[in-house]
Amino acid sequence: MVQNDTMISVSKVDKFYDDFQALTDVSLTVKQGERVVICGPSGSGKSTLIRCFNGLEFHNAGTIVIDGIEVEEGSKGLRRLRQEVGMVFQQFNLFPHLTILENLTIGPMKVQKISRAEAEKRARTYLERVHIPEQADKYPAQLSGGQQQRVAIARSLCMQTRIMLFDEPTSALDPEMINEVLDVMVELASTGITMVCVTHEMGFARKVADTMVFMEAGRIVETAPPEKFFTNPESERCKMFLSQILDH
Amino acid sequence: MAARAPNGAKKFRAFMNSVPVSVALYLLVIGMIIWSAYSGAQSMGYNWQWYRMPQYFYTLTDDGFQWGEIMIGLVKTIQLSVTAFFFATVLGLLVALLRLSGLVIGTAVAVAFLEFVRNMPILVLLYLFYYVLGPVFKLDRYTASVMCLAVFHAALISEIFRAGINAVPKGQWEGATSIGMSKGQAYRYIVLPQSVKFMLPPMTGEVVHLIKSSAIVSVIAVAELTTIGRNLISDTYMSFEIWFTIAAVYMVVTLALSIGVSRLEKKYAVQT
Repeated sequence: MVQNDTMISVSKVDKFYDDFQALTDVSLTVKQGERVVICGPSGSGKSTLIRCFNGLEFHNAGTIVIDGIEVEEGSKGLRRLRQEVGMVFQQFNLFPHLTILENLTIGPMKVQKISRAEAEKRARTYLERVHIPEQADKYPAQLSGGQQQRVAIARSLCMQTRIMLFDEPTSALDPEMINEVLDVMVELASTGITMVCVTHEMGFARKVADTMVFMEAGRIVETAPPEKFFTNPESERCKMFLSQILDH
Repeated sequence: MAARAPNGAKKFRAFMNSVPVSVALYLLVIGMIIWSAYSGAQSMGYNWQWYRMPQYFYTLTDDGFQWGEIMIGLVKTIQLSVTAFFFATVLGLLVALLRLSGLVIGTAVAVAFLEFVRNMPILVLLYLFYYVLGPVFKLDRYTASVMCLAVFHAALISEIFRAGINAVPKGQWEGATSIGMSKGQAYRYIVLPQSVKFMLPPMTGEVVHLIKSSAIVSVIAVAELTTIGRNLISDTYMSFEIWFTIAAVYMVVTLALSIGVSRLEKKYAVQT
């Protein structure tokens, strides 16, 4: 908390899967309250990068500091860090054996050790925020994909996170459900929480991003504010990528 | 012909599957088995004495109601099996967690245990416990039996646990980790509860297997069902009646168990 302004500081990070280099010399700084959208072709290391932010994967070289805590395999700060950093997955990863309400309360109750009553109160507040308070007693399998993803967002928020990571949150959804999730994400963006989203939803990116990051082959190729990124990107590769996904 | 042949086959199958034909055939097969056993016994001059069997289940005298020896043996078998199953489950979970710990030494210990037990006849394992470890650690025959059965089945149960845990998608671990759960919490609240439904069917099979393999301890004369059977025969020489009866008692217990658990599975299947 020394540099109050910087939330995520990534410096010269390399990441290997055996012989394959997934990330090469990646550096990135995210300020508190900043909304960053990372895009790029598949296999470019976007997901790997944000999975390194909360220690689902570990980088092999360089440093990642999140809110003053260094991310390192086996470090003591790791579980505290994960409580501050929420993660929303492509496949939701809700707990199918628990009701929606229990999905939201199990983290606060077991990890943060707050009372059931308080956890349920908190859970209902966030279910309200993602517009599905009436589904509290159902099981995840009874909900649509869009609803499940909103529950997943609420589950992360219930840990009172300061940073939210989104790993292609709409890629597994039917087209008609994408907007209800994006709407929730836009509303979330307006609350001042720090957000890092890996997504191909360029409409969403234009609307909320403070910074656009383009990655290819494990490197950050371009970092720019959205107005410049969408109208006048510097690299050829980025231009090509944008023309491919924006033309449709 | 080519067109009529399948039609004829269909008709023949329908005829064979009709209720009167099925029942008649079934009774015929069962009848033949019973008759061949009976006539075989007759030809060797076997003297059937079924009327003497009930007293081994219970007696009703002036002293009142008393359980017979077979029932006492059955209770002992169940007690032995339940105790052994309890320890087998605890040990099996431990071995499975060691195997999945990701520690080289943990995996090595688990695999060594597994291979040691799986590649040894249970009878030899029992002799090891009773004749080798028994004198060293002052184990009585009952304790040695429980330990032998527990160790033998722990190896099999650990594989059931491992398969059940691995059947839970990796995303569940990531979901649990991402909200700050420790590995232990993720196991306890997220992964193990979900793996129960994968483990229940093979686990039932394992209990049935354990009840049946508990008969092996009759070789060191632990007073369970099979031992009782042997003792009764040396007293009465009614080997046919008694072995048929003992076999039937084992079947009643294991079948009741299987049916009970499959009901349970259906009930749980609806919930999730």
